[in-house]
Amino acid sequence: MSHPESSTPIVRCEVDFTQRTEYHHGMEAIKAAHKLLAEATFTPTLPDKGYTNRTLYVNVGTREIMEKPVTQQMKDIFLGGRGFGLWHLWNAVTPATRWNDPANEIIISPGPVSGTTQYAGSGKSLVVTLSPQTDIPIDSNVGGYFGPLLKFSGFDALELQGKADQDVILFIDGQKGVIRIEAAPLEPVDSHVLAEVLTRMYAEDDADRVNISVVSTGAGADHSLIGMLNFSWWDHRRGCVRLKQAGRGGIGTVFRDKRIRALVCRGPVVKGGLNNPADPETIARTGIKFHKEMRANDDSQCKMRRNGTAHIVEIMDAYDLLPTHNFQYGSHPDTHRIASPVWQARCTQETVDGCWYGCSMACAKGADGLVLKTGPYKGHTVTVDGPEYENAAGLGSNSGVFDPDDLLELNFYCDTYGICTITWGTLTAFVMECYQRGILNLERTGGLDLTWGNAAADLEMMHQMARGEGFGLIAGQGIHKMKAIFEARGWGDPKLMADIGMECKGLEYSQYMSKESLAQQGGYALTNKGPQHDEAWLIFMDMVNKQLPTFEDKAEALYYFPLFRTWFGLNGFCKLPWNDVVPSDNASTSEPAKVPEHVQNYVDVFSATTGIRIDKDELIHQSAKVYNFQRIFNIRMGKGTRSFDIPPYRSVGPVTREEYESRAERYDKQMMEEIGVDPAGRTTDEKIAITRDHRMKRYNSLVDAVYLRRGWTPDGVPTLARIQELGLDAFPEVVEIVKNHGG
Amino acid sequence: MITVNGDKAAWSPGMSVQDVLRARNFKFPLLVIKVDGALVQPRDYAATPVPDGAVVEVIHLMSGG
Ligand code: SF4
Repeated sequence: MSHPESSTPIVRCEVDFTQRTEYHHGMEAIKAAHKLLAEATFTPTLPDKGYTNRTLYVNVGTREIMEKPVTQQMKDIFLGGRGFGLWHLWNAVTPATRWNDPANEIIISPGPVSGTTQYAGSGKSLVVTLSPQTDIPIDSNVGGYFGPLLKFSGFDALELQGKADQDVILFIDGQKGVIRIEAAPLEPVDSHVLAEVLTRMYAEDDADRVNISVVSTGAGADHSLIGMLNFSWWDHRRGCVRLKQAGRGGIGTVFRDKRIRALVCRGPVVKGGLNNPADPETIARTGIKFHKEMRANDDSQCKMRRNGTAHIVEIMDAYDLLPTHNFQYGSHPDTHRIASPVWQARCTQETVDGCWYGCSMACAKGADGLVLKTGPYKGHTVTVDGPEYENAAGLGSNSGVFDPDDLLELNFYCDTYGICTITWGTLTAFVMECYQRGILNLERTGGLDLTWGNAAADLEMMHQMARGEGFGLIAGQGIHKMKAIFEARGWGDPKLMADIGMECKGLEYSQYMSKESLAQQGGYALTNKGPQHDEAWLIFMDMVNKQLPTFEDKAEALYYFPLFRTWFGLNGFCKLPWNDVVPSDNASTSEPAKVPEHVQNYVDVFSATTGIRIDKDELIHQSAKVYNFQRIFNIRMGKGTRSFDIPPYRSVGPVTREEYESRAERYDKQMMEEIGVDPAGRTTDEKIAITRDHRMKRYNSLVDAVYLRRGWTPDGVPTLARIQELGLDAFPEVVEIVKNHGG
Repeated sequence: MITVNGDKAAWSPGMSVQDVLRARNFKFPLLVIKVDGALVQPRDYAATPVPDGAVVEVIHLMSGG
C-alpha cells in the first residue's frame, strides 16, 4: 500500500530547548516533611569484572535493609539482569502469590556489562515482577542511569519486597554508603515533576545532578493495572530530567501498591572503566569500531541519531504493517502526518540524546516546547521524550490519531502518569473499535465519544483514569479484564471481543501487524511474558523476504532470535545498536539478518568485561537457561502451557467483512494458491471462515514445530532432558514442575 | 518475467534494480540485494540492469524497537 506524500513542506520548529515549566519551587517544604523511617550503612564498592558480587534487599513493609551475596551458581545460570530478577522472584513467591501480595517483589538489575561507557547501548537495567495483568513474571528493559549507578554504588541488583504503610522514598547514596527509607507525605505525584524535584533535592550541588537517578511513576499507576516505571537521568544540556520507561505489564502498579513513591540513587561520578573489566583494551577497540561505523553509516541507513525508532513509521505503512484502527488495517492515507520527517522537525536536533553515557546511536530524542492543551498541566511547556515508533503507531495510527501535537500530548501524559504507551495505544484502539461496533456507546462510556481519531476523548479517558474515575478507570484495567467486564454487563458478543481484543496472556500487543507473517504470529504469542516484539521480530524475513518457507525454518528463527535477544537483557545491553545500523560489508556475510560482526562484538565485549570467554553458541546457551527457567516459572504460576500461547484471531487473519474486503485480492489469491479453494461465487463470510480454518491449523502446526525445536513437549513444557542439558536440574522444584506436567 | 523474493513479477526492457524496488514499494533502507546470486551495492541500484528471467532477492534486514 502506498499513499501520496504530503505536499506540505516540513518546517523546522524553532524551539529553545532549554525552556520549560519548572517545578522545584516549594521543594524545601516537601523535604522538611520527610521523616526517616530506617537507615543502614554499607561500604560502597565498584564492580570487579562487571559484578559487585552482592545485591541489596529492602522490605518497605518491615523496613528491613540487607545485603545478600551473589553466588557462583547465580552467575553461572542466571548471568545477571533479567536472570537475577527471575531468580530472586522465584525465591520470593509461591504459586499462590499474586501481584498485590506483600511477598511479590520488584527487582531491578543492570547486568554485568551494564555501565560500560565505551560500547554503545550498554547502560540498561532489567525490571522483573509478578504482573497484575498476566499473573506471571514480566520483564522490562529500560534505559536511564539508575541501574548503572546502583551497580557503581555496590549492588548487582535491588530487591524490593513488602508494602509500606505510607508513601516512602528509598534513597541509596553510593557516595556516602547510606541507605534510607523516608516517609514522603507531600511529594508531587506525576513523574515529570517528581523526578525533577527529587533530582534537585538529593543532589548536593548543581554538578551532582548527573549522579542522581530517580525511579518513579505517576497518578495513572494508582488507579490502573497498566502502570509503568520512569527511570530518569539529568540532561545537563537541556537542564532538565529525562525519562525512559520500564513499560510493559504493570510494574508501576506494583510499585504504588507497595506505596513506594520513588527510588533515588546517588552514584559516584561516572567515568570509563568503573566496571573494572578484565580486558579494557578490547572493549575500547570494539567500541571505537562501532562508533566509526555509526558515524559512517547512520545517515544512509536508519538515521537513528535524527529520528530515533520513529524512522520506521512510514516504512511500516508502505509494507501494510502499521497497525491502524485496532490492527484492522496496515496503512492509512494520513500516515505522512506522523511520519519521521515530522518528528525530525519536531524533535530537537541541536543536542545529543543518549540514555546512557557513550551511546553513539543516541536515539533518545526529545520534543521540546510542547504547550499542553489539557489536563492538570494545561498551559505548561514541557519536553516529551520521544515519540518512539511504538508511541507513534499505538497512540497514533492504531487509534486513528494523526495530529502530531495530539500524539505528543498523549505521549507526555502516558509518561508522567506512569502508564505504558504501548498498552494504552492498544487498549484505546480496542475501545474505539468497540465504540465503532456498538459494544460501547455514549451512555456506556459516560459521555466519551470514542470515535476513531478523537484525541480529545482519548486524553479525557486518560485523565479520568489518572483521577480514578469514570470510564477511564475501566480502561485502565486493560483489555483482558475489560472483555470480562463488558461481557458481564451484556454489552457485546464475547466471541467478537475475543477476536478483536489484541491481548495474549493478559498483555496487550505491541504495534506491528502480524496477519501476513505466520512466524510473527508465533513471535508474539509464543513469548514468555506476553506479546511484545522484543523476543522476535520476523515479519520481513518471513513475509517480505520469504526466507522462512517451512515450519521448520520458522521454528528455527523462533528458537534463535528469542534466545539471542534475551541475552541483551541478561547483560544490560540495548537491542538497537545490534541491527539499527549494520557494517558496510554486512551484505556479503553468510547470515546478514543476524549481523554477524555485531554478534562478535557482543561476544568480545562480554568476554572482555567478565573474563569469561564465550563464543556465539555459548551466548545462546546462556540465554536458553534463563528462557527455559522463565517458561517453567510461568508453569509454576499456573500458566505457561499451550493453551496460553493462542493468539486473538485479529493477529492471525481478517475478523470482519470490512477487513477481508479491504484486501480481498490478497486473501482470494491465497485461498486459491495456498488453500486450494476457488473463492469464486463464495460470500465474504464463507471466505472468512475458510481462511480462518486454514490459518489456525497453520498456526497450530507452527506451535508443534517451535515446541519441538525448543525441546518442549507438545503442551509446551520443557522436557527433563532439555533442563538437564541446561543445568536447571540443579533446582529440585524445577524438576518437580516439569515432571508433573509431563516434561 | 522475473522472480522477486519468490514471486513472479513483470519485466520490461532496461529495467534496473532501482525500478524493481520502486515497483514493489520496497522503501526500507537496510537491504541486501542479489541479482542472480550477485550482490548489488546500494550505490549501484540505479545502474544495475535486471535481465529478463532474473532471480532477484531483496533481503530486508530488521530494525526498530
Ligand atoms: S540506542 Fe537509544 S535507547 Fe539504546 S542505549 Fe542508545 S540512546 Fe538509549
